[in-house]
Amino acid sequence: MTELLVPAMPTTPLERVRWALSDGWVVARRGLIHWVRNPVMVVYQLLWPIMMVMLFGYVFGSAMVVAGGGDYREFLMPGLFGQTVMFGLATTVMVMTTDASQGVTDRFRSMPMSQSGVVLGRSFSDMVNSVLELVILVGCGLAVGWRWHHGFGKALAAMGLLLLLRFALIWVGIYLGLIVTPEAAAAAWAPLFPLTMIANTFVSPSQMPGWLGLLAEWNPLSATVGACRELFGNPGWPGESWAAQHAVELAIAWPVVIVAIFLPLSVRRYRRLDR
Amino acid sequence: MEASTHALMAEGLCKRYGDTTALDGFDLAVRPGTVCGLLGPNGAGKTTAVRIFSTLLRADGGRATVAGFDVARQAAQVRYRIGLAGQQPAVDEILTGRENLEMWGRLYRLDARTARRRADELLERFGLSDAAGKRAKHYSGGMRRRLDLAASFILAPQVLFLDEPTTGLDPRNRNEVWKSVQALVAAGTTVLLTTQYLEEADRLADQIAVIDSGRVIAEGTPGELKSAIGGDRIDVVTRDAAGLAEAVRVIAQVTGAEPETDPDARRISAPVRDRIGALTGAARELAEAGVEVEDLALRRPTLDEVFLHLTGHHAAAVDPADPAGRQEVRA
Repeated sequence: MTELLVPAMPTTPLERVRWALSDGWVVARRGLIHWVRNPVMVVYQLLWPIMMVMLFGYVFGSAMVVAGGGDYREFLMPGLFGQTVMFGLATTVMVMTTDASQGVTDRFRSMPMSQSGVVLGRSFSDMVNSVLELVILVGCGLAVGWRWHHGFGKALAAMGLLLLLRFALIWVGIYLGLIVTPEAAAAAWAPLFPLTMIANTFVSPSQMPGWLGLLAEWNPLSATVGACRELFGNPGWPGESWAAQHAVELAIAWPVVIVAIFLPLSVRRYRRLDR
Repeated sequence: MEASTHALMAEGLCKRYGDTTALDGFDLAVRPGTVCGLLGPNGAGKTTAVRIFSTLLRADGGRATVAGFDVARQAAQVRYRIGLAGQQPAVDEILTGRENLEMWGRLYRLDARTARRRADELLERFGLSDAAGKRAKHYSGGMRRRLDLAASFILAPQVLFLDEPTTGLDPRNRNEVWKSVQALVAAGTTVLLTTQYLEEADRLADQIAVIDSGRVIAEGTPGELKSAIGGDRIDVVTRDAAGLAEAVRVIAQVTGAEPETDPDARRISAPVRDRIGALTGAARELAEAGVEVEDLALRRPTLDEVFLHLTGHHAAAVDPADPAGRQEVRA
């Protein structure tokens, strides 16, 4: 039988960080293996962007007029990037609730592992997943004539803002995943879908009825999408409102606010699982 | 200190969820290297007790130690020394059996090579070597349970918690799991086992604590509990329903007790003091009364009868609000 050395507990902060990182990597690897071994999911994630580009770019797009002029598909792509990032929230919630309902979360909690490693691993694999989704979508965009016009650096900065929003949403997802059941998580699409539409993703808020337009202007997603349009040099920017003119600032501020709220809430919720 | 002589100890544990009292002054002491069966119906507080011992839940009052460490104040030390197999197998269905054990091993902070070796050992030990490369999704219920047991045994913990380890398994799979548990116990692990299956507690446990409404209402070896309710019983099964009434009269007269009757099984059962006297007496009197008998036997009482005697209700009373009840239906 293997001689088992029961590992010592970390004592210094540095050891603790190393511990969290190595546990985080094990958890992240698991998340990535899940993704790779789920061919239905992989095909779905490949087809979904193509379908969305077809639907919105050509079906609805043929009747769309961009406020302030410009090509609709150029206007559309940053919106689709933003929507994809928002939909990632449902993935995080789903995985969290599945783990909880299958007792995996309990096993994590009953083990001497780094509890922040669980969350680190989760966010890492979700981020990798989102990067892949964005890469596929960029490919689709390029195929239908979307371009970035202000250089590669600014294009990367726009991608960075999208991933920043995704990172913030991971914490929302973890929090929700700790309080809802898998059944409720499956229903997360219902509120998520309008949330990605009542924004500047597909239509400029200025074209909506006043009250709805106001909601759409201040949707955190609008800030990120607006900032992306600015950085890519796509049409639909700038808007007339204060929020639209400060899209980049808001695209940084919103995720920071979301993390500031939901990170402590998630940690607290995780700790309170023992109540 | 008592903690050093007990692998598990609880004193006056209380736990409330809103209006529901899950634990109400729960006391328990388990000696190292023994199996304690926590026996009770759904909703009695078994799972709550296990969750407090395994640091997943905080008690409202009282205290508990595992391997001498306080579960509330020294949770990290406790976690190094326990294994937990919950009501459902907490295995990753998408990973293979070996990948599961390697992952949990890594999270127990074994290095990659040790984790791999340990995984192979445990697969062998729990009879899963042939299925090591198969995804857990394709495992049978019994295999999943054994994989779960293997995962909870990676660090060869001093104390193992098994929360209804065979719920929802068919008899063959149940037997496989029992064998695995017995092997672990033989290697010196202390086990706290919760169960609603009387046979399971009888077969695996050295000590049984009967729990009802959040407190232990009786404790002892399976034998002690059985003798606590008045020794052995005599069972008579008549050949046809017509002989039943006459047989009840005869048994009542021979044993001096009011027999219990199960008309569908044509079975009569009564407690006896003088075992052989009752047996020979019953055989003679039944023959004289002309009752045709299919079976006549002395036996020890079942744990269900123990429970009925102690609590006034059957152990199988199922609370529909209890999640464990729902799970069983699903499984």
